[in-house]
Amino acid sequence: MASTGDAFLDEQIALVGADRGRLMDVLRAVQTRYGHVSDASASAIAAGLGMHVGDVIDALSFYAFFSRVPAGRFQIRLSRTPISRIHGADAVAHAFCQALGIAMGETSPDGLVTLNWTSDIGMADQEPAALVDDVVVTALTPEVVPAILAALRAAIDASTGIPSPGNRVPLPHARVHPNVIQAGPLLSRAARRGDGIRAALLLPPEQVVARIAAARLRGRGGAGFPTALKWRLCRNGPDGERHIICNADEGEPGTFKDRVLLSDFADLVFDGMTIAGYALGAPSGVMYLRAEYAWMLPALHDVLAARRRLGLLGGAICGHDAFGFEIRIQSGAGAYICGEESALIESLEGKRGAPRDRPPFPTEHGYRDRPTAVNNVETLACVARIMENGPETFAALGTRESTGTKLMSLSGDCPHPGLYEVPFGITLNGLLDLAGAPDAGFVQVGGPSGRSVAPKDFGRRLAYEDLSTGGSIMIFGPDRDVLDIVLQFAEFFADESCGWCTPCRVGTALLRDQMAHVAAGRATLRDIGALESLAGTVARTSRCGLGQTAPNPILSTMRDFPERYEARLHAADFVSKIDLVAAQRESAALQGRHPVEELF
Amino acid sequence: MPLGTLQFTIDGITVQTQEGQSLIAACDAAGLYIPRLCYHPDLRPAGNCRVCTCRIDGHQAAACVTPVRDGMVVENDTPQLNADRLALIEMMFVEGNHPCPYCVASGDCELQALGYRLGMTAPVYPFFWPRHEIDASHPDIFLDRERCIACSRCIEASRMPDGKSVFSYEGRGIAMHLHVDGWGGLGATQMAAIDKAAHVCPVACIVIRRDGYRIPNGQRRFDKTPIGTDIEARRKAPPS
Ligand code: SF4
Ligand code: SF4
Ligand code: SF4
Ligand code: FES
Repeated sequence: MASTGDAFLDEQIALVGADRGRLMDVLRAVQTRYGHVSDASASAIAAGLGMHVGDVIDALSFYAFFSRVPAGRFQIRLSRTPISRIHGADAVAHAFCQALGIAMGETSPDGLVTLNWTSDIGMADQEPAALVDDVVVTALTPEVVPAILAALRAAIDASTGIPSPGNRVPLPHARVHPNVIQAGPLLSRAARRGDGIRAALLLPPEQVVARIAAARLRGRGGAGFPTALKWRLCRNGPDGERHIICNADEGEPGTFKDRVLLSDFADLVFDGMTIAGYALGAPSGVMYLRAEYAWMLPALHDVLAARRRLGLLGGAICGHDAFGFEIRIQSGAGAYICGEESALIESLEGKRGAPRDRPPFPTEHGYRDRPTAVNNVETLACVARIMENGPETFAALGTRESTGTKLMSLSGDCPHPGLYEVPFGITLNGLLDLAGAPDAGFVQVGGPSGRSVAPKDFGRRLAYEDLSTGGSIMIFGPDRDVLDIVLQFAEFFADESCGWCTPCRVGTALLRDQMAHVAAGRATLRDIGALESLAGTVARTSRCGLGQTAPNPILSTMRDFPERYEARLHAADFVSKIDLVAAQRESAALQGRHPVEELF
Repeated sequence: MPLGTLQFTIDGITVQTQEGQSLIAACDAAGLYIPRLCYHPDLRPAGNCRVCTCRIDGHQAAACVTPVRDGMVVENDTPQLNADRLALIEMMFVEGNHPCPYCVASGDCELQALGYRLGMTAPVYPFFWPRHEIDASHPDIFLDRERCIACSRCIEASRMPDGKSVFSYEGRGIAMHLHVDGWGGLGATQMAAIDKAAHVCPVACIVIRRDGYRIPNGQRRFDKTPIGTDIEARRKAPPS
């Protein structure tokens, strides 16, 4: 292998065996080490992995957590969601800006910190929260800001000017509470590691699939595809190698269930992956972990090491000579779209996370073109429980179409935000009562891509046959500004659109801009009509779920809260979206004329 | 029916075709035009403009990336689909800068021609007014990214037929734009004016120098017949 002239890079490239499919690992390592990936590094990486620079740039420029220009020694990323803002994220941001003498998006003059907003980081139950590099700080107030910055300054080694290597900077408020408010069969019992695997290994693989089918388990990410069917399709795919992938890219704003499963029940999830590996005949599995959860990596690697010692990982698992299984954890780099399974696979292959067209489905042509089953973290935890306790026990809870329990992440205007394990079929009212928020003004079910639910519909059931959800439940009090929240969701989709297809790339930006006019009271009745029609086009023609669901918040609130829109309408038939006075000033300035002020 | 043959209907017309075809290719062969922009018959379809969206068995899907299935029922020429297509075309206009009256591609531009065919007057959406430098580093080719509609034809052509990988994307969302491999602009790549990638651009983003006005305005491809008529002519022609 040719040397790139950079020993650190050479080492990283050797670590991945110069496999271009592992580009993400190399980019992450360089980003962490140098704080950015320079054009020179990109050229060297391209040479080392035997690819075109353009392809490195293609991937590198896609992910929010990579930067191509030098940044501060620490990256502070404040979570910006309707929930974080309810709890005072704006004041915290202001305190950071004041203390550092910069605006959001800038680097402090001393080069200490680059400050940015970021999409939801999975802490909706303890906002305002932020990532300081890979460390999470939660429940922030403007008052803790000076202490955080002081700790960062203290961590800089005076002689080298860089943070002392090896140890993580101890930061105030660097704590994550699991916040399990109500546990059920999935979360409660501290099971012995590997029980599910041992039960599975007593059966032939197809019997394992049959048990999952008997439990009628459906995917917990929100779409609800039957897990056993996915496995069967994958088993029936072309002969040869198969892959099992655990989707731990929990990016739907408002959800944090996977965070809890991975921090407190990681063994259960790894059990599930291993069982899936056995059922599918896959010798290894990959967990794709979102960058926002990189703080869990050391603990997860510890769990994997312990499992190896216990014979639950590696060759001859549980003494079963014919079955070996390996698990690798792949970190993402900040892209919501990678939660979509085909985009996740692209990212795993070292490319930008653009979803693929289907057919072919990943179960036929997935990771490295092989049959692949992508399963949600919670789904795999359920798999382990089904093997431990039997499908009947599992299916005894829930409804006909939606068996078992579901983890619900509750946040927002309620006294007890946190994780609730409830049987499928519970009404929204029932859930709000548990959380102590019976008088909510509206509830966003399933995150921005889900739908808003007005009080008249609080009797609806949370289940695949009614309100289907991955478990994000954002509660908003009656006085919250619905239109402003919808605008924030529109901004989220415009930020997270991958850009591949026209309706979503252009459409989400247009929806954001038009919604801003509506929220600011600048829109007429005609503008609202145009917004609705644009939303329809984006929903109907977008290539993947992101674009197809991006208009949901706008369309569902138009339906449920027409009075809020009416109250904000501009009475005129036409309102110019251009500020004429400002435009004239600009043109006068450009031409070097002095405007006659009275005219303005 | 011979083995591998199948049939489907589109707007009530029955079409017989071979297994393994995409819906758009099967319809092209049958002389039935589905509006499209990013699709190019010589290249692997990218499915990114979504103009070819049809209703297929009750669901929306892009015809260029949908394989034909026996018995599939397709709706193509409906007011709703054409309205969505027009909206997509308008999005492409406002996303870039398109001064048609003095553009070198006018009359030969697929975007402009589709705008005419679908009845566009003026875009209803606000313009984004993007700013990109013109890449004039190549002796024979101009690259004017303000016209780019991100159809990825050039990326694909440069990869597959040319084997050069001159183009890729950079960034994401509305900020996504065409990237030229390396750091010295198009002139520093292996791109040549005879490459496939230099001749697939549907708009005036990739322009061959000193070639622009060989055919005068008013006598170009779409000045004479609307886009799609060549395909529709196949249906009207007597079977050979
Ligand atoms: S819908 Fe959005 S996220 Fe999905 S492919 Fe299109 S641009 Fe990308
Ligand atoms: S590229 Fe086409 S649409 Fe754009 S200005 Fe030129 S002729 Fe008009
Ligand atoms: S330069 Fe032309 S061919 Fe290439 S993506 Fe842009 S519009 Fe398509
Ligand atoms: S022609 Fe089918 S998506 Fe562009």
